[in-house]
Amino acid sequence: MTITSTEPTAAALWEMLNSRIARGMRFAGLFAARRNGGITLSAHVAGPEGIDTLEAALPPGAVGYPALTPVIDAAFWYERVIHDETGLTPQGHPRLAPLVAPGTPEDHALPRHVAGYGLFTIPHGPVRSGVFESMEYLVETPGEAIPHLNMRIFYKHRGVTARFAGLTVADGTLLAERAEGIASVAHALAYCHAVEAIAGCEVPAEAALLRVVHAELERVANHLDVAMRLADAAGLAVATARFALHKERVMRLVGQLCGSRFGRGVIVPGGVSAFPKQPPVQILAAIGPLEKEILADAELLMGTSSFLDRLRGTGPLAPDRAREHGALGPVGKASGYADDARLARPYDAYPLLSEEPAGQHSGGDAMTRLRVRFEEAASAFRFIRLALSDLPERERLTARAPCDPPEGRAAGWAEAPQGEVLYDVTIEGGRIARCQPRSASFHNLVLMHEVFAGDILTDFPFIEASFGLSVAGAAL
Amino acid sequence: MSIWVLRGLRDGIVTTRWPRRSDEYADSWRGPVTVSSEAATSDAVVADGGELEWLCPTGAIEVINGLRIDQGRCVLCGRCVAARPDLFTWSQGATGPAAAAVARQALIVPAEPETDEAVASARAALAARTAALRRSVHVRHVDAGSDGSEEWEIQALLGPVYDVHRLGVFFTASPRHADVLLVTGAGTVGMTGPLRTTYDGMPDPKVVIAVGADAVSGGLLSDRLSGVAGSVPVDVWVPGSPPSPFAILNALLIATGRLVPGARR
Repeated sequence: MTITSTEPTAAALWEMLNSRIARGMRFAGLFAARRNGGITLSAHVAGPEGIDTLEAALPPGAVGYPALTPVIDAAFWYERVIHDETGLTPQGHPRLAPLVAPGTPEDHALPRHVAGYGLFTIPHGPVRSGVFESMEYLVETPGEAIPHLNMRIFYKHRGVTARFAGLTVADGTLLAERAEGIASVAHALAYCHAVEAIAGCEVPAEAALLRVVHAELERVANHLDVAMRLADAAGLAVATARFALHKERVMRLVGQLCGSRFGRGVIVPGGVSAFPKQPPVQILAAIGPLEKEILADAELLMGTSSFLDRLRGTGPLAPDRAREHGALGPVGKASGYADDARLARPYDAYPLLSEEPAGQHSGGDAMTRLRVRFEEAASAFRFIRLALSDLPERERLTARAPCDPPEGRAAGWAEAPQGEVLYDVTIEGGRIARCQPRSASFHNLVLMHEVFAGDILTDFPFIEASFGLSVAGAAL
Repeated sequence: MSIWVLRGLRDGIVTTRWPRRSDEYADSWRGPVTVSSEAATSDAVVADGGELEWLCPTGAIEVINGLRIDQGRCVLCGRCVAARPDLFTWSQGATGPAAAAVARQALIVPAEPETDEAVASARAALAARTAALRRSVHVRHVDAGSDGSEEWEIQALLGPVYDVHRLGVFFTASPRHADVLLVTGAGTVGMTGPLRTTYDGMPDPKVVIAVGADAVSGGLLSDRLSGVAGSVPVDVWVPGSPPSPFAILNALLIATGRLVPGARR
């Protein structure tokens, strides 16, 4: 958790970044911010001690810098956002098309990457069939195979990053919860962790336990959503209904605990807003049957051969690509690259809750990704039970510690159901000067370019659902 | 496959009976904040005005001659209820009058006298337009910059608990088949065109429902995004961040003339 400034050139920054990646750290993000009349580049790297921030203030009047993408491929989308938001040109970037802010009508024209007889582009979106978030897939295809895919997420770019500036610390939590609505708890956690690091405040132990309960319930709900969508894509009506029912029950449980079906309002800087009215035993009693039914249906689904036939070998992400990109969450784990923030850089009550080590996977296909999700759901229930049984009686609980950060900058992180969420927060004069969120959805979505080798159009819904990402989180 | 059939029978019928019967979960829903009526116009409140307005992160609280809350802006953070429980309280129920409005100003509580007239005329106009729909309704959803949570709650309507098919409500991929447009999100620049194209592609009569505080007012992003009413003419407004699936279902029935807003069973 250090912030290091280099000489004011991008080259010096890349050198520092590369030396850390050579030591086994993971590239976790690259952003640009206007500061003191110039533009500062900030790169984040994740390691066992935390997230390090490296920065270089570019010389005043700089209009470009040597791109990072040719060296670190994972910077591909990050540099496109930098180009969109600051106008800086990363020289040598392979494709500087707008990602979050289309400038001219020409930007909307259909790009064409593959040429050949009978190839055409299917523009799929932004208004899609079914209830989906808006984004556009441009599928280049001769009819069945998908030699190239383009994704356009600018349709629902809301300007969340810019909105943070000037907010009070408390309002920042509300906005973080709505940055990626299906991972509200994880975003609030990552934001609050950054604020707490600046303020140097210690979260009460029981508040840290309740944070784990809500974070894990959110994980279960998200993984059930993915299972539901996959079963739906395969036309398994009963399985779809079963997982929808389980998801509804989990969301109702969350609602009973805190008043919001998405766990909003629970996480606040310094701890939690309040403890549930129900005693821990009562919550445990509600969770028991839920866990049993969910895991039984998960087992049945993973034994339904007509379903697995559609997932096996579909949308493969090679392990070396996952490692190179630093793929987050279940997408990374299914391809043998597990950098789970809960274990690698533990926070809140996770260090105290012993957990069996996760299974190793290398399949990298949609089936393995679903298997990882079901394993995570099972371990989420174990975390919840451990956390709840450690929670003392309501009378003796402290919800939050005073947390009043005056000045400073820190990174905060949390493991969302989609993977690691990262917040880089700067506070000046008691208000947010800048807050840069980065969701796992943004980091992982770009990998969808690469997983269509050998797959055909009808595999598309399986591959998309198996990634389990949110467009809202990607197009912040 | 036969195992799945048996598995499907395991929990019996889980579907709500609403609107035919009341539903406990819908009734216990904690909706947007409202004003305790006796406190709304007292002099002390007016004197505290500035301080009260500062409580709200989205500017939903307004004190002029009395205290008013714009529920279309309320993101349910509960800060005002925690600070002044004597003035503010949660509205109760996902299917009550507060759960949807047929006029934007009807979300501002307590209502001004002229709001009642506007609501009555909006309701009559909507009923006249949608008389033909009633028993079979096709819905098209468009996300105009949501945070993703509204999609989950709309998706839930297709699940076994809410099961909108039993009410003759179906989701359709094509705007050409749609009677109702469900719009979520704060109304981003990028979605203005696609949203309008979808609306224009729908045949008459058509109804637009704005789902959630973001779609109604822009929510926390209201400094630069103001909801979807600038792009499409909204008929029914559903507050909430996000609204309950019951509130969305409630709005669908109001939009198609199958529930009269304000009249509780």
